[in-house]
Amino acid sequence: MTTPLLELKNVHASVAGTPILKGVNLVVNPGEVHAIMGPNGAGKSTLSKLITGHPDYELTEGQILYKGEDIAEMEPDERARAGIFMSFQYPVEIPGVSTSFFLKAAVNASRRERGEPELDAMDFLKVARTKMKQVGMPGDLLHRAVNEGFSGGEKKKNEIFQMAMLEPTLAVLDETDSGLDVDALRTISEGVNAMRNDERGMVVITHYQRLLDHIVPDFTHILAGGKIVKSGGADLAKQVEASGYEGLA
Amino acid sequence: MSSQPDVSSRPSSGQAEVDEILDQHDEYKYGFVTDMEQDVLPPGLDESVIRFISAKKDEPEWLLEWRLKAFAAWQKMEEPNWQFVTYADIDYQAISYFAAPKKKLESIDEVDPEILETFEKLGIPLHERAALAGVAVDAVFDSVSVATTFKDKLHDLGIIFCSISEAVREHPELVRQYLGTVVPVTDNYFAALNSAVFTDGSFVYIPKGVKCPMELSTYFRINAANTGQFERTLIIADESSYVSYLEGCTAPVRKENQLHAAVVELVAHTDAKIKYSTVQNWYPGDKDGNGGIYNFVTKRGVCEGDRSHISWTQVETGSAVTWKYPSCVLKGENSVGEFYSVALTNNHQQADTGTKMVHLGKGTTSTIVSKGISAGKGQQTYRGLVSIGPKAHNARNHTQCDSLLLGKECGAHTFPYVDVRNASAVLEHEASTSKISEDQLFYAMQRGLSEEDAVSMIVNGFCKEVFKELPMEFAVEARKLLEVSLEGAVG
Repeated sequence: MTTPLLELKNVHASVAGTPILKGVNLVVNPGEVHAIMGPNGAGKSTLSKLITGHPDYELTEGQILYKGEDIAEMEPDERARAGIFMSFQYPVEIPGVSTSFFLKAAVNASRRERGEPELDAMDFLKVARTKMKQVGMPGDLLHRAVNEGFSGGEKKKNEIFQMAMLEPTLAVLDETDSGLDVDALRTISEGVNAMRNDERGMVVITHYQRLLDHIVPDFTHILAGGKIVKSGGADLAKQVEASGYEGLA
Repeated sequence: MSSQPDVSSRPSSGQAEVDEILDQHDEYKYGFVTDMEQDVLPPGLDESVIRFISAKKDEPEWLLEWRLKAFAAWQKMEEPNWQFVTYADIDYQAISYFAAPKKKLESIDEVDPEILETFEKLGIPLHERAALAGVAVDAVFDSVSVATTFKDKLHDLGIIFCSISEAVREHPELVRQYLGTVVPVTDNYFAALNSAVFTDGSFVYIPKGVKCPMELSTYFRINAANTGQFERTLIIADESSYVSYLEGCTAPVRKENQLHAAVVELVAHTDAKIKYSTVQNWYPGDKDGNGGIYNFVTKRGVCEGDRSHISWTQVETGSAVTWKYPSCVLKGENSVGEFYSVALTNNHQQADTGTKMVHLGKGTTSTIVSKGISAGKGQQTYRGLVSIGPKAHNARNHTQCDSLLLGKECGAHTFPYVDVRNASAVLEHEASTSKISEDQLFYAMQRGLSEEDAVSMIVNGFCKEVFKELPMEFAVEARKLLEVSLEGAVG
């Protein structure tokens, strides 16, 4: 049996002293896509921040294992270089820093970690051009400051573009569908689906079922009150759509 | 190494050399002291010291008189105390006012190997790289210029680029015509002191209609213990000429505080443009605030002619205390003044810096972009004056003043002064103070960047508007300096 990519064991977590997660268990194996659904305030974003190591989110009990290793003590950048990626619900603007400069530094930080040669500017641009096409991202965004003045859709495309460039082992997509129109949703979903393979695991966090029409999960979990209250296949998402979260709780 | 080594400056291929230098040292990257015999005057200041300096330099009588007049004025002046910095009292009698390499040097080949080694450590290549990079260098080692390059090439164009001592000997009429016209000897306490005891510096004259084909560059380096440096720089751009001048500085680790009180004067005639860029990285003192340079400098340019243009760009990362206001006096009609500044204070560093834009002529415009970064216990003040005279019809100023705070113990302060005496003036002022955002930091780190790299990238982004004003190779160095200066500022 293979080691799970991600394993949450009885995870309790709090933000500023307030308990949010109260005993979450989850196993994501290589190649699997897990959808986490839940009402507002269920702790979905806390889960993504906890996996990626945001300093404001404190693991108070339980374990987070990545490839069998406890990552509780790892800094966010160490987790990132180990292959954990998060697509942000609210991508952050970094004025004055061009997207290409930022991403090239990020890509090379991971390459160094893996003992691979760094990409020079020319190689980087070549790869970037190809990947940008895949996610339908306009070419000029590469030369603009990170997320600065980007539309909502452009910001989300930029997240998936970065994911394509960084080629993570575990991708956490936090509310990637929020603020997207139907066309952008389809383009982005195609970009994500193109990255599905036997090794890569994904955790897709969403409030609405519509994203899961495009990115069809292998498993669906309902998070409510800080716990996973129900797990199932892709169908579970459709039940939520029909009966609402309250019908499941 | 080539057979004809030059004491030259800017690394031509930039990044690689800079990286290498930066990798060599830990705390203060340029902290080393060259041991060489020096002709040092005992500490103390009176008329005899000024006469000694003047005689040592074979100066004409008028210059000695000028110095003595400045000294007499200085003695009646009081050290100012309105600035937002604190430092131990300076004992002017404990400073030695003259230090020079003993040997007279005929050519670069005779330069003391130790000096050359020092330049080597600073990343100044000894061979022809500078020529390829198109940079001429007037290298100042302590108080006497030891080498000047590219003179011939510049000479063909009628450009004069030499030490001010040489200019006094070779072009006394020009020096006499302009010296002290922009910054009078009585202008302020430190300018008066400088006028009395200045030992060397640079002189540039660009003749009518000539665009100087290369960036002119000077390295200053404070090296002799307890020896204050009193540099004097004078740059004159005649009608329709252009010059870009680079000033870059490093200094070795010293325990005593060292006073640096320079004066820089710029004169731009009709349709002339002077671009003056500084990257200042003098020893800031250790983490507890011991040692470090006092950098009290008077820099001022006058846009004498119509449509003349003076642009100051500065990146200040060093010194224990920085206190300077590169300024423009906009006399000529439609003349333009610009000030772009990045100042960083870390640990116990203090900076009170900004600019003065004095609009006298019609249609004059000025732009001020100031980016202040405070980290550690650093304290930083932007102090700016925009003054519009009664005859300055339709004058415009745009001021943008941003402060970035890293950590909880630092401070940023802004004192913008405005004095408008003509109702047609249009002034705009934007200011912001922000903390480095946790969200930005987490976002960058989630992409795999270390905390230090993330901070450095965010800070560099913050400074971009200023860095793009710097000549290419300077911009690279400026970015690196910022990274080095920020080390240990977070986490």
